[in-house]
Amino acid sequence: MSVNERIDEIVKGNDVVLFMKGSPLFPQCGFSSKAIAILDHLNVAYASVDVLQDMEIRAGIKDYSDWPTIPQLYVKGEFLGGSDIMMEMYEAGELQAIVDAEGLAKAG
Amino acid sequence: MAMHAHEIEEMIQAALPDAFVEITDLAGDGNHYAARVVSESFRGMPRVKQHKAVYDALGGRMGGVLHALQLTTAIP
Repeated sequence: MSVNERIDEIVKGNDVVLFMKGSPLFPQCGFSSKAIAILDHLNVAYASVDVLQDMEIRAGIKDYSDWPTIPQLYVKGEFLGGSDIMMEMYEAGELQAIVDAEGLAKAG
Repeated sequence: MAMHAHEIEEMIQAALPDAFVEITDLAGDGNHYAARVVSESFRGMPRVKQHKAVYDALGGRMGGVLHALQLTTAIP
């Protein structure tokens, strides 16, 4: 399986997935930490992939989305953005609107 | 390895000539920046496309030599 197929499987197999550096409990980068904080505030269930544990995905995810940085958030198979866009959308209430519209599962 | 604030500003300005660009050195270490870019060309573009336009202006440096750029885009 190519790295693109592996990423595609993860993205399509999870309603909400964050590709990040480190884990939700121990983010290894301020931007990933910010992304986790936003998802926790939304109280939404999400999967996460630690790209530091998988160099193939770390490189491949940037080609997959044509986006140069990590973290990257995907909802229902679609790339939403990195932590800056997540923050802008969160502050504008747009993320909550997506959670409601897509009927995303709650955390816990 | 780090980039200077004026380099970042010039590259964005070159790609988006109408843009208002404001760079803040967040940590004073020449390595963690915030950029606010306001451009009429963003009108009608989803946020991902707006940010992508700025990343493209930086020609592959984003995620490489430029690790930390907290980006905000807006329409005037």
